[in-house]
Amino acid sequence: MNTNRCGRWFAHRAPGSSWLAAVTAALLLVAQPAAAKVEVFACEPEWGALAAELGGDDVAVFTATSAVQDPHHVEARPRLIAKVRQAELLICTGAELEVGWLPLLVRQAHNPRLAVGQAGYLLAADAVETLEKPTQLDRAAGDVHPGGNPHIQTDPRNIARVADALATRLATVDPGRAEAYRARHADFARRWQEALHRWEAQAEGLRGIPVVVHHTSWVYLEQWLGLVQVAALEPKPGVPPSAAHLAAILSGLATRPARLVVRTPYEDPRPSEWLAERAGLPAVVLPFTVGGSPAATNLFSLFDDTLARLLGAVVRDASAAGASRSESCGRLLVRLFDRPPACSPVRRSGSANVAAQPLVATPILGETRLREAIR
Amino acid sequence: MRHALLACALTLTAPLVAEAGGVPAANGFNPALSAILMGNDWGYTRSSTTYALPGFQLGGESGLAAEGLSLAESELTLSANVDPTFYGQLTLAVATADEGSEVEIEEAYGETLALPGGLGVRFGRFFSALGYLNEVHAHAWDFADAPLAYRAFLGQQLFDDGVQVRWVVPADGFVEVGGELLRGRAFPGGSDGSTPGTGDLFLHLGGDVGVSQSWRLGLAHLRANVEARESTVGPPSLFAGDSNLSVVDLVWKWAPHGDPSLRNLLFQAAYFRRAEDGTVAVNPVTGAYDGTQQGGYLQAVYQFWPRLRAGLRYDHLRADDPDGDPAVLTAAGLDPGGHDPARVTVMTDFSPSEFSRLRLQYAADRSRPEPDHSWVVQYILSLGAHGAHAF
Repeated sequence: MNTNRCGRWFAHRAPGSSWLAAVTAALLLVAQPAAAKVEVFACEPEWGALAAELGGDDVAVFTATSAVQDPHHVEARPRLIAKVRQAELLICTGAELEVGWLPLLVRQAHNPRLAVGQAGYLLAADAVETLEKPTQLDRAAGDVHPGGNPHIQTDPRNIARVADALATRLATVDPGRAEAYRARHADFARRWQEALHRWEAQAEGLRGIPVVVHHTSWVYLEQWLGLVQVAALEPKPGVPPSAAHLAAILSGLATRPARLVVRTPYEDPRPSEWLAERAGLPAVVLPFTVGGSPAATNLFSLFDDTLARLLGAVVRDASAAGASRSESCGRLLVRLFDRPPACSPVRRSGSANVAAQPLVATPILGETRLREAIR
Repeated sequence: MRHALLACALTLTAPLVAEAGGVPAANGFNPALSAILMGNDWGYTRSSTTYALPGFQLGGESGLAAEGLSLAESELTLSANVDPTFYGQLTLAVATADEGSEVEIEEAYGETLALPGGLGVRFGRFFSALGYLNEVHAHAWDFADAPLAYRAFLGQQLFDDGVQVRWVVPADGFVEVGGELLRGRAFPGGSDGSTPGTGDLFLHLGGDVGVSQSWRLGLAHLRANVEARESTVGPPSLFAGDSNLSVVDLVWKWAPHGDPSLRNLLFQAAYFRRAEDGTVAVNPVTGAYDGTQQGGYLQAVYQFWPRLRAGLRYDHLRADDPDGDPAVLTAAGLDPGGHDPARVTVMTDFSPSEFSRLRLQYAADRSRPEPDHSWVVQYILSLGAHGAHAF
């Protein structure tokens, strides 16, 4: 590696040349000991977990944020500067998610290995196709990201794509153990594909379910599972929900009903609980990233738990509707289905196919988005 | 040896070919361009033009803002990575002057990106790293004006031409040491620039306490070889001599689970101590001056509801009775006359988004022996590139 080669050059020349060269060599060697673990700085827990999967014992991962922190708004804290200073590989979401703090961290840490364009600087969003790329950049539309919606980790297929890029980078920054990274990646990719098939089978019944979200954090999950976002509690991305906007959503739900109100663990619970209570919908906190719920301890359990929570909420909602709100349930289903259905509670069993009845597109919900989702 | 170093530096910085498809949209803001629009309506019960801090020679921009509706500084910032080796930033401040407006270069600096081992060198004009708030642009302050200590000791904010070196120590916690050599143009310096007039050293320590708290402690010392320093506020006077300033400051932030978006608390404290020894000239006489001054501030700002914050600040200054010619000292306003300037400020602000802020502030101001009450309504709008703010 470059640094080590320079370090050896300095070490070789040090006795005869100035003390400065020796000190510089020592610094370079301290900064990158040959057999030590590769220090990885991950901006978000999902990338920290991925680095741990692919790097195993060969890496030491530091994760800058936790699942209860909004990654848009993180302080460039002194401790983070110290960690970026030490890192050999940085993996962050990109797509301007961390624009308010990451560029500053990298600059203040004076770590050239993590400069933009270096092997040590990896943005996950560069490895996937982002959605919602704005055609027009205007802050009147809220906190829009020119690179598209950055919350890519809610689709496990994106995780697989980022894993490919990360494995390559690990092998680049630590070529001595490239074979180990390749082997771990192959194993991970195989297990991930198996899990993906399992999840997609489990989630079949979620296709077409209309949801209300707090922030547009779930577009990738929606695309993957075929959920339909009917409203967002934030009037504009990044603008906190206002009472007027919540009231408008509530009245809008009369004509465009939803089944769930979804939020991340770091978002203010009050708006979604307010709406959930008045609209008679379950408010669901999805883990969003590793550590976002007690069960979401790694990338696999993150999606296990996400699906369990979605399916559980749909079952509970349907049971409650069947048991105590059969009339409103009937109305809801008339809107959901083209024909008046028998309003019976959906089976409560843990089986994957929760919403037993197939959800059919209706004229009322027949938006392009829904048709796409259900297609 | 120099060639070998250069070769190493070049290989270290050689950019890699991107592996995945790039994001051209990210270059849409290259160079990042942002503008700050600020305006306010200040009111005072005493005349703002006779402002003084007894015992202190005031320099720089340490006067009160003009009374009534007015534009505050409008700021324009351009920044970008120049190449893999340098980052550059230009900040222009446009302020209303007596006739028309004047453009001031607040910052125009280059900074190294590729030095190994946590080293960074900044050169050009920049805000000194002496004191936490000194590096913070006015639009990012938590109050509409600077603490009295910044007015008294740094002419509101110290920015000057020079070189700054920083080194982030390789450690688990944050340890940064650095130093600056400055031309000495700016208060508290006063040099013609033939030799560097001002130099300072600083040490920053920082870390987290649990997941909800983080802190930074700063220690700094500045020496200025003052050839001639004119007062810009208060009685006209000219100081020449040695100036030694020490600063200790602490920033402590609390946010539940480290997420500041709903609720957070910011706490700042600083203590300044300056010893100056030299001569003071007040036309037509000159006299000796040997004095010690100290002061500081404490402030807390609490975001109690999304987008809404309230803050409280206390300022205090004290100038010891200086040694020298009493008549000259009195004429120069350097005799404190037994008065310690102090001020209590309360403010509340509302931020419709992270790009806009409206603020209301009141202060019971005992800068002068006679109490003054001031209030201000302020707006701060930021346009353009999403600026990142340091801790």
